[in-house]
Formats: sequence, C-alpha cells, structure tokens
Amino acid sequence: MAAVVNAPVAAKSGRILEREDALAFWLLFPTFALLAIFIAYPFVRGVWLSLTNATVGEAGHFVGLANFTKIFDDSIFRTAALNTFVYTAITTVFKLALGLWLALLLNRHFRGKSWVRAFILLPFIIPTVLSTLAWKWMFDPTFSVLNWTFWKLHFINGRINWLGDPELAMTSIIIVNVWRGVPFYAISLLAGLQTINPDLHEAAAIDGANRFQRFWYVTWPLLLPVTMVVVLFSIIQTFADFQLVYVLTGGGPANATHLFATYAYQIGIGTGLLSEGAAISLAMFPALLLVVVFQLWYIRRVENR
Amino acid sequence: MIEGARWKKWLWFYLPLGAFVFGLLFPFYWMAVTTLRPDKELYRPWNSPLYEPFWTSSPTLDHIKNLLYETLFGQWMWNTMLIATLATIISLVCGVFAGYALARLKFRFAGMLGTVIFITYLVPQTLLFIPLADIIRDYHLGDTPWALILTYPTFLIPFCTWLMMGYFKAIPKELEECARIDGAARWQAMVYIIFPVALPGILSAAIFAFTLSWNEFIYALVFLSSPEQKTVPVGVVSELIRGDVFFWGPLMAGALIGSVPVAVVYSFFVEHYVAGMTGAVKG
Repeated sequence: MAAVVNAPVAAKSGRILEREDALAFWLLFPTFALLAIFIAYPFVRGVWLSLTNATVGEAGHFVGLANFTKIFDDSIFRTAALNTFVYTAITTVFKLALGLWLALLLNRHFRGKSWVRAFILLPFIIPTVLSTLAWKWMFDPTFSVLNWTFWKLHFINGRINWLGDPELAMTSIIIVNVWRGVPFYAISLLAGLQTINPDLHEAAAIDGANRFQRFWYVTWPLLLPVTMVVVLFSIIQTFADFQLVYVLTGGGPANATHLFATYAYQIGIGTGLLSEGAAISLAMFPALLLVVVFQLWYIRRVENR
Repeated sequence: MIEGARWKKWLWFYLPLGAFVFGLLFPFYWMAVTTLRPDKELYRPWNSPLYEPFWTSSPTLDHIKNLLYETLFGQWMWNTMLIATLATIISLVCGVFAGYALARLKFRFAGMLGTVIFITYLVPQTLLFIPLADIIRDYHLGDTPWALILTYPTFLIPFCTWLMMGYFKAIPKELEECARIDGAARWQAMVYIIFPVALPGILSAAIFAFTLSWNEFIYALVFLSSPEQKTVPVGVVSELIRGDVFFWGPLMAGALIGSVPVAVVYSFFVEHYVAGMTGAVKG
C-alpha cells in the first residue's frame, strides 16, 4: 500500500533527476560539501589565524601582518625556506633523470618485465614513514650498513655521520626522497613512452638518425606533455614534504634541515604558537599557486593544440 | 641484435637495470633482516669484525612477538584498516558521482567546477593542517577515527574524480542512449549501464585511495593523541621510539608488518594500479 502512495512522489523526483543540471547538482553536492568544509573553510580560517596572535587554548586578536614580519626576521625560517627550494630543485632533477633512464630501460622487451615493473614500484606504495624508518636505521652512525659497505670497499676510513652532520643531513634526506620518487617518475614516463608509435623511430632510423638523435628529436618532444604533468605534480608534493624530514632528522641538527612544513609543525603544534605556525604554512602558498597556475595553463595549451 | 654486441647489452641494459632494482628494493630487504636478527647481533658496530650485514646466523621471532604482545600495534593496524576502508568508500562514492557529472552531463559552470576540483587535488595537506586541527577540535572530532575518515576524502576525492572522468569520457555515448530509448531513467542508465562498464576505473581508484590513506601521516599525527587511537605510521614512529632510544628490532618489524596490507592489496591489483597511475597522468 505504502508503495502505491509513494509512487507519484518517486515519479516526480525521478522526473527532476531527468534534468541534466538537477542530476549534476545532486551528484556534485557531496563532493563540494566536503571540499568546502575541509579545504575552503580551513584555508580562510588559516589566513585569519595567521593575522591574529592565537595560541593553543587562546583565541587571540587581530595583529595584522605581525606574524609574517616576525617569521621573515627569523633566521631558522629563512633557512627552512632556502632548504625547501634547494631540496625541491635538486630532488626533481635527479628524480627526472633517473626516472627517465629507468623508464627507457623498462620500455625494452626482456623476460620478467612485468615482475620488475611490479617490484620497483614498492618504494612508492609502501607507507613513506615506514620505509623512511628503514633508511634511518641504515643511516645510523654506529650501526650503518652503508658505512660498512663503503668501508669494505675502501672508500672511507672513518665513519660517515649521515644525519648528524648539518652539511650532510640534507644530502641524506635528498637521497631518500629521490629513492622514493624515482619509481613514480619511471612508471609514469614509461606509460608516456608506450604511447609513442614505434614506426616513428623506425622512420628516423632509416633517415640515418643515431640512438641519441632518435631520443632527442622523436621521443623527448612526444614525451614532454606527460613529463610536464609528472614534474609539476611532483614539485608540489616535494615542496610541501613533511614525513621524510620529520622521521629522519626532525629538522635538526641545530635546525639545519627544516622545510616549511616541518618548521610550521614545530612552531604551530610543538610550541603551540598556532598563528605563527599557520603563517609559516601559508608562506608556501605563493610558490604553490604559481606552480598550479602554470600547470593549468600548460594543460589548456596542450589540449587546445 | 648483432652477435658480439652481447657484452654491450650487459653493460648498457642489464647492469643499470640490476642496479636500479637492487637500490630500490634493498631497504625492504634490510627491514626484513633486521626484524629477524637478535639484539645481540643488531647492536654490533659497523666496524666490528663480527658485523654480518646481509644475513643472520640465528634468526629470531622475538621482535615480532614483542611488537604484537607488548605494544598496541594490533590496535593500530585495526584503526588504520577501518579508517582507510571508510575513507576509501566515501571517496569512491563522491568521486564516481562527481566524475560522471563532470564527464557526461551538460550544465552551467561544468568546466569551472572541474578546474576547482583539479586545484584541490593539488592542495597539499601540510598547507592546512593547523587551521584544520582547530576545526576538528571545534567539531569535537579530535582523537576519534572520524577526524581522519572525514578529512582523508579531501585529498582522495579530487584524485578519484579525475581518474573517473577519464574513464567515463572513454565510454561511448550510444551505450547510454540505447538504455534511454528502452525507457531507462537517466539515473538508471548511469547506475546500471555506465558504472558497471567503468568498473576497472573504480577498482583503480579504490586501490589508490586505500594506499594513500594507509600512507597519510601529518593529519593522523596532529589530530590523534591517545596511543590506542593511532594509525600504524604514527603509532610506530611515536610509540616505539621512547625519547632518544630506538628499539630497532620491533621498529623494523612494525615497518614490515605495517606495510603488508598495502603490499597485498597492491600485489592483487598491480595492473589496475599502474593503469590508474597512467590514467591520472594523462587525465
């Protein structure tokens, strides 16, 4: 009986969903509700927070740009900012070079290829914090297997203090980031390589192009759109990185290896200066925005070609 | 290949490939060896003559037992499983719906909304964690799994949406039109005709969302405080390290066992995973 009574109502709602814009509205509603509550609102609130002097448990009041002038005078913040740019630049170059090399190797036919491809993605799949702990153990000053290896190979006499030496610590962090990132680059670029028609290579070879020329004039230009997307995405992730530094050094020794994110955590959560922490986090925003705008522009350009 | 070029192939192909595989997998081997190594061997300096790096003569399960019986590791595994599963389901539902709307329906602002989702895809968690911690506290979600179940979709949905848009766009329009001619309502055509065809895409998105949830760290670190609420990555890092003392045996056992669920899911669906990755790149 109930079904019969409800039938006209159901039919009516069904008819509303026949309209494309109504259906689209209801399909998009949950997504935009979540994004509004947990991304847009926190962003606005973060901007507000960075303009106050709030601490944990105290709402604070408006102080203008005081937090920003304070952090720009802070030498640790400036080191963190510089570190972030250097870290992003160096790791990106290495990840791209090694990832491209690995992709080119994997693009050939050999036995066990699918196994190799499955296994090399592990650094990217396994939770970063857990694999980084393995690296921290490998970098241990007293028990390091890396030191043992270099020592046995007669490369070193004394120990290498991978994470304890301020100069070396950043290099160690870069090594781990490259290790984790190379598989992502390699597999993504491999997918790009597989869309390139082999006839083009053959044609170039018949025209007398050598191996390098074939890569430079045929493969690389065709691979560029995929490469750009991968690189820009990876730049954003690396720039905002937190886990590696948090686990390996915690920003030390002597605050030498902080990135924006780890320093924001130390100030905002560690010492409870919420507003200053929010300001440090937001200091990432202009650079991130620039990359995103560039990426959108690039995607449009490729699509319209 | 010409005969005599064999050594060249070794030099330019097998050697670098072998080096890549070795370098990328060695840390996992090291985790495994450390897990099985007794403390007596573990804490032997690298330059001591007895240092045996690559194997152990007396393997032990002590570290695993210690991890399972003396710590809350089991609880963390359960927490992470619950959070990752629920966050994945929420993100899939939202992402599949949104992806369908943006790929197949004509309505005002469709392009703009797509761009907005793409931009949120690029917002890193570290940009918003401090104000978000405040908001979580306001909603009284702090220190509960819901703090993560509700926030993880913010970085999973945009990804799922973009992946699904790619899949939906590739499905021919005629398929849906046939169903419509047979009298199916628009939503029926979507649910019964299009979604089943897009199943490989949904599976890729699910695996991705699950592994990303399992991997997430900073939200879990900031939003949860009691030891029994923590996820595996946060629990291992904050509870197994006491002060400056590292218990490397249980730590590596935790890292190894904590990776197993992700590795299992991945190994069953490698092809889908790779397809999802490349789909996301092209999308």
